[in-house]
Amino acid sequence: MWSVSIDIGLKKGVLDAQGKAIHQALLSLGFTDVKEVRVGKLIELKLEGETKEKIDKQVKDMCEKLLANPVIEDYRFKIEEQ
Amino acid sequence: MKFGIVQFPGSNCDFDCYYAIKNVMKIPSAWIWHKQNEFSGFDCIVLPGGFTYGDYLRVGAIARYSPVMKAIINFARKGGLVVGICNGFQVLTEARLLPGTLIRNECLHFICKKQSIRVENNHTPFTGMCQKGQVLQMPIAHGEGCYFADIEIINEMEKNNQIIFRYSDINGQTSKEANPNGSISNIAGICNKKGNVLGLMPHPERNIEDCLGSGDGKLIFESIEMYLKKEKILQNN
Repeated sequence: MWSVSIDIGLKKGVLDAQGKAIHQALLSLGFTDVKEVRVGKLIELKLEGETKEKIDKQVKDMCEKLLANPVIEDYRFKIEEQ
Repeated sequence: MKFGIVQFPGSNCDFDCYYAIKNVMKIPSAWIWHKQNEFSGFDCIVLPGGFTYGDYLRVGAIARYSPVMKAIINFARKGGLVVGICNGFQVLTEARLLPGTLIRNECLHFICKKQSIRVENNHTPFTGMCQKGQVLQMPIAHGEGCYFADIEIINEMEKNNQIIFRYSDINGQTSKEANPNGSISNIAGICNKKGNVLGLMPHPERNIEDCLGSGDGKLIFESIEMYLKKEKILQNN
């Protein structure tokens, strides 16, 4: 069994309205050192497969097709054997 | 002439569209269920607004892989008319039938209000009954309507006259103040390069009769009707 954690974030230059609002909230709480906030998502998968290479290929395909939108998002992932 | 209105789990403007097209426009219409692998006999397919699959993952992202979408993509590739309204627009961008995508409104609020939009191109099957520069009143109701695409894509769409509607004030000025959601270049509606697929955030079906405001939304459906009638005459000759 493999455990995959996929990190999806907005590309540079794409307006992150949520990040901006959170930034404002942090500043108003006194965390004045915060210069930027970007919000993304974390997707965790458990899946079966023979080799890490096969899992890598599959997860890439999942990201391209569904999990991330290449127009606005970048993704990266970590695969661990369990 | 027949319109098909697609029902996904979470569509909630499906009956508004049906009422607008069938009861007000008097055009034969039928439902298309999201699990259908195929359909036939339709001249125009409408993807209505709503919150397909609860807007999970990204707006429109799950609906894009519904069985019916393959048939819609084929229909569009063959030149069939497809209109996506609000969430329907989001589904069409996820399906790559339209360029770019729609992200969270700049102001973070869900916006539900009357809005003016300016017709940028009236040489399309969807706007033939409008004047270029005409200002239409159409309600908007969305949380994720901020249109985004790379600047190269925006420039290309501009060159090909693919930007069909822009948010404006009542006088047709497309200022920052008139932009409700932060969309690039005040974009409210676009079409594909071929010109047979339209996506727009405003709801024409919600301003279809005078008693609902001005009835401006009717112009979109009348344009499609006129276009299809002309097409049929050309085909018969």
